[in-house]
Amino acid sequence: MTLLNGLLPPYIESIAITVGIYIIMALGLNLITGVTGQLSLGHAAYMSIGAYASAIVSLQLGMPFIFALLAGGIAAGIFGLIIGYPTLRLTGDYLAIATLGFGEIVKSLLFNMPIVGGAMGLAGIPYKSTLTVTFILVVIVIWMMLRVERSRFGRALLAIREDDIAAECYGINTSLYKVKMFVLGTFIAGIGGALWAHKIMVLQPRDFGFMKSIEILNMVVLGGLGSIPGTVLGAIVLTSIPEVLRFSSDYRMLLYGALLVIMMRFRPNGLLGGVDVTKLVKKSIKSITGSNFTNKEKKKVKGGD
Amino acid sequence: MDFTSNFIVQLINGIALGSTYALIALGYTMVYGIIMLINFAHGEIYMVGAFVGLALVTVFKVHIIIAFLGAMLFCMLMAVSIEIIAYRPLRRSKRLAALISAIGISIILSNLVNLLVGPKPQTFPPIEEILFEIKSYDLIAGAQINTLQILLIVVSAILMIGLQYIVKRTKVGKAMRATSQDYDTAALMGINVNRIISYTFAIGSALAGAGGVLVGIYFGVVKYNMGMLPGMKAFTAAVLGGIGSIPGAMFGGIILGVIEMMTVAIGLSSYRDAIAFGILILVLLIKPTGLFGKQIFKKV
Repeated sequence: MTLLNGLLPPYIESIAITVGIYIIMALGLNLITGVTGQLSLGHAAYMSIGAYASAIVSLQLGMPFIFALLAGGIAAGIFGLIIGYPTLRLTGDYLAIATLGFGEIVKSLLFNMPIVGGAMGLAGIPYKSTLTVTFILVVIVIWMMLRVERSRFGRALLAIREDDIAAECYGINTSLYKVKMFVLGTFIAGIGGALWAHKIMVLQPRDFGFMKSIEILNMVVLGGLGSIPGTVLGAIVLTSIPEVLRFSSDYRMLLYGALLVIMMRFRPNGLLGGVDVTKLVKKSIKSITGSNFTNKEKKKVKGGD
Repeated sequence: MDFTSNFIVQLINGIALGSTYALIALGYTMVYGIIMLINFAHGEIYMVGAFVGLALVTVFKVHIIIAFLGAMLFCMLMAVSIEIIAYRPLRRSKRLAALISAIGISIILSNLVNLLVGPKPQTFPPIEEILFEIKSYDLIAGAQINTLQILLIVVSAILMIGLQYIVKRTKVGKAMRATSQDYDTAALMGINVNRIISYTFAIGSALAGAGGVLVGIYFGVVKYNMGMLPGMKAFTAAVLGGIGSIPGAMFGGIILGVIEMMTVAIGLSSYRDAIAFGILILVLLIKPTGLFGKQIFKKV
């Protein structure tokens, strides 16, 4: 189980683990916002629920890491169900604002709960999120997302994104699918949060504010909404950029902001938005053999919001 | 202090705080109504307005009223340029792209101010030096209202009435309403929608800048990250009132301010944000279009 640990210099390894955790979290949000088109601005809240739940399982019950991970995921998933069930009936931006509100409520409650350390935070969590564990989980989550994308469930979610009324007419129970999807997305966020807790070892409510949700959303949008390779790329780029820009310490966040604006200006659909990586390979093969696949592809790329 | 007077005092505090939320909320609701964009940079425009007002009063030593107008003008020009640089090229792409662009602008503005003036809170000169002495007036049951609160409420009210006049009575306002109803049809009717959108940003941001200066005078301090939470609260207020509705934003802001101060009054001040957002979620669940929002029918 220690296959990858220690292969890289500690600083790089630490960044690699962070990148892995963000990939997991961004993939969870990609399912909600990218694939199903439901804008959520409270993803960090589910991450914090997962982080605190897993930390409590580790600290108070002393259970093995795998249980802490599952506890984090399940706790976040339960809250996903509680919040998702009523709010997913709201369309578009109302969902966004309800999730934003939920995120602030969770942060505010964590601040005021002495059992989880309040504003002081929860310290002393054992270091368990090694590179190997994170890598395995990233692979599992990516595999899971690919399976979802190609299943009946995934196609139903895409149909909901494109036109929920048409999807309903085709016999898709949109509310049920949305709730299932939301629980899965928040479960993954919880797993990410659990990993996070066992990497940085100290949890503070202020780490899980609105800006954290926004950071994750940036990864999904920048990478390309609904695209799994895009989301992975977005998470890698946006997690490493602040590290790369460290030389310009004062101007770091300024450049980060400018980069968001410039990227959106020139690639509004994200880095890999509308680009289907596997189909791209197939397309290039087919275009050599002369089928008219290309037209169909172009149409799909154009169909925006 | 008995219960009634305490209640009235907190009610006045709430209305004063709520009027600033309302001023910011108006910009959110107007921009959302016209181009369906949650303009996350709006809270930062309010913050910049406060700093411009402060700079004009302390560095350039101008009269506070001129500083107030100067901050409004500065925010107007800034927002119009932001719209042209960051939002206009994205108008035909996915709405999330514009949202991320707005978030980028918001990060840029708050960090720029942080770099220019530093992370420490800056103090506004006391109101006695720049405008007038603070006097308190007795209301019923021993509750008091001071001139500062009156100023805040009255100036907000004047600005809102002015906005109502622009939107309801002028040609530009008519064009705004038309554009918000149907962007494409408005363009076909000969309305220069780009210019109207610029006007919308200008007016909304002028109100936010005014709000920034008023808050600076009222609370006495301004800080580079002061835009974030009031921005979110103001957006909440806009949704509470029914996003896209101007009277909705006004009432939403005031209701939110009053609720917040009441929460403080009953001793739950550390939960004030949780309660404000909790009420928001409840309103959304019971009446998703907000208090003043119109029911939207989706045509298939």
